[in-house]
Amino acid sequence: MNIDFKELWSARELLYFFVWRDIKVRYKQTAIGAAWAVIQPFMTMIVFSLFFGKLAKMDSHGLPYPVFYYSALLPWTYFAGALQHATSVVVDQQHVITKVYFPRLVLPLSAVVSGLFDFAISFLVFVGIMVWYQIKPGPALLLFPLFLLLAVLTALGVGLWLSALNAIYRDVRYVVPFLVQFWLFASPVIYPSSLVPDRWRWLYGLNPMAGVIEGFRWSLTGHGQPPTLLLAASLGAVLLLVVGGILFFQRMEGTIADVV
Amino acid sequence: MTDTVIRAENLSKRYKIGERQNNVTLRDVIANFVSAPARLFRARKPQSANGDANHIWAVKDVSFEIRRGEVVGIIGRNGAGKSTLLKILARVTKPTTGYADVRGRMGSLLEVGTGFHPELTGRENTYLNGAILGMSKKEVTRKFDEIVAFAEIEKFIDTPVKHYSSGMYLRLAFAVAAHLETEILLVDEVLAVGDQRFQDKCLKKIGEVRQHGRTVLFVSHSMMAIRRLCTRVLVVEHGQVSHDCDPMDAIAGYVTEDVGRSYSAQASAETPTITSATVHVDDGSLLLSVQFRSPFPLVPPVLGFVMYDPMGTPVFGTNTRIDPPHPEPQPSAAGHIEVLIPTTHFRPHCYLFSLWLGDHYSDYCSVQNALQVELHDDTSSKLPPHVIGSLRVPVKWRYRPAVDLPQPHGGS
Repeated sequence: MNIDFKELWSARELLYFFVWRDIKVRYKQTAIGAAWAVIQPFMTMIVFSLFFGKLAKMDSHGLPYPVFYYSALLPWTYFAGALQHATSVVVDQQHVITKVYFPRLVLPLSAVVSGLFDFAISFLVFVGIMVWYQIKPGPALLLFPLFLLLAVLTALGVGLWLSALNAIYRDVRYVVPFLVQFWLFASPVIYPSSLVPDRWRWLYGLNPMAGVIEGFRWSLTGHGQPPTLLLAASLGAVLLLVVGGILFFQRMEGTIADVV
Repeated sequence: MTDTVIRAENLSKRYKIGERQNNVTLRDVIANFVSAPARLFRARKPQSANGDANHIWAVKDVSFEIRRGEVVGIIGRNGAGKSTLLKILARVTKPTTGYADVRGRMGSLLEVGTGFHPELTGRENTYLNGAILGMSKKEVTRKFDEIVAFAEIEKFIDTPVKHYSSGMYLRLAFAVAAHLETEILLVDEVLAVGDQRFQDKCLKKIGEVRQHGRTVLFVSHSMMAIRRLCTRVLVVEHGQVSHDCDPMDAIAGYVTEDVGRSYSAQASAETPTITSATVHVDDGSLLLSVQFRSPFPLVPPVLGFVMYDPMGTPVFGTNTRIDPPHPEPQPSAAGHIEVLIPTTHFRPHCYLFSLWLGDHYSDYCSVQNALQVELHDDTSSKLPPHVIGSLRVPVKWRYRPAVDLPQPHGGS
């Protein structure tokens, strides 16, 4: 794997402009604008709190249901959105790729970064919810940026694979919503990972979103134990995904240019 | 040697025909795998060296070197491989074999307005397009006023581009592209847009680029633009570089590669056709002979011709309606027409003939660039025909010194 870091660094302004364009265009075209970034996780939180919380009485480790769910929906919504965007970005930008050269990695990178804008807005709402329920985070809050970075890397890792695949097999983008749906149930969004028996916890942790979500919950709310085993497995999985993703993407770049 | 900025070595690009059909879906791949898993593991049939029916070589074995400061034109018929060659150099697509070594920052203008988004304003698109072309934000800010002035859209710079007319859109797109200051520029037929005045402005701007010592590779169909700007021309035919020479020779070669002193064609059962034509050079004149055949009698048969210089500029033309022959041609369905053209007033170089056949009311058959002939004589002017034209008109000069002004050196 040889990433030309110098080249990527010199393309940083282009990355900025792609992200800036995505955000600007998205908000120019919607009527509700920034509210959309919040509506999705917020409404989901309400539905989850009602049905899985109040009615099914799932374990929430002592947290009020809205806090329990929103703290997971925060990274989850980002991940799902970034994944869908990254999958289609190369094909959507074909009119640019076929005319100008720039490091192609910039495209999935821009997809993964532009999702952070919606994430930031959603995060503000989360702060509001925390204040409402008077939950104070502990010193673990300092580790929160690391978990955010892990979320970004997860989205990038998976996104690289899907991005390259979608350029070659155009129906991949239709598989993604199903994939995300399935993945949601495999991640500790609706239920805590403590539901998984101890001896299988490491296997469960191979789902990098497990580490991300438990990390978010722990660092933001200060509740529960640090998810160390889970995290170790998740970190390993993410590293493999990202490195493999970059290799695969670069290997496919030649084909993509001709097929896109 | 050290001044070489682009070196291409054995560049080739093979495309699979049908590759762009996009019928390949994951679903198909999985279905194929399930129904015939063995197929995936069977050895591929060996590819023949020339490509089989499923492949075409868009570019085959191209090598050349370009030195700093050269403005190289690339011409060729549609489908010859010019754009593919440029795409390889621009790193937009990977060559199947060979490599291209480029020294210095390269800007590629394979299209104007790359990345323009209709929802964004002109200002926003300028920055976006500039970034895509490789200009930094600071650079775009520095040149912003110049760009807007070049495009002549000061009033509309802050309206979304979707409200622009196509002319405004193109002017802005070209304005951004024209201010790209890389050492090497690749330009692909982007001048084929806009009105005449704008095209002139663009040509002038590219000319300025040349003055600054930058290297330009320029694909165009406009012989006028090539003539004006280029110091060297590569002619691309069927994926290969067939000529590498100075613009005049290349253009002449390109236009007239398969045209000679005689022409022939099959008679058609439906329309009158010119079946053969020849041109003979005599001392001081040309004899053009044409034979025609028609399914019905032409009343009367009318033949016309136009002589062109190698640049495609018409020099002289006439037909039997303008200069009726004596005696008048009888209505006929087949015949032989000759015309004697005195050539004392034509400068010596290569001329092309286009022919027309018709009757009193209509034109039936026209053949562009049917014949080519080279005129020679002893006197040769140092000024080429594209500067002083193809005609030699016997003028008379007269000179008189002015009487009331002091003459230099001992006049009276």
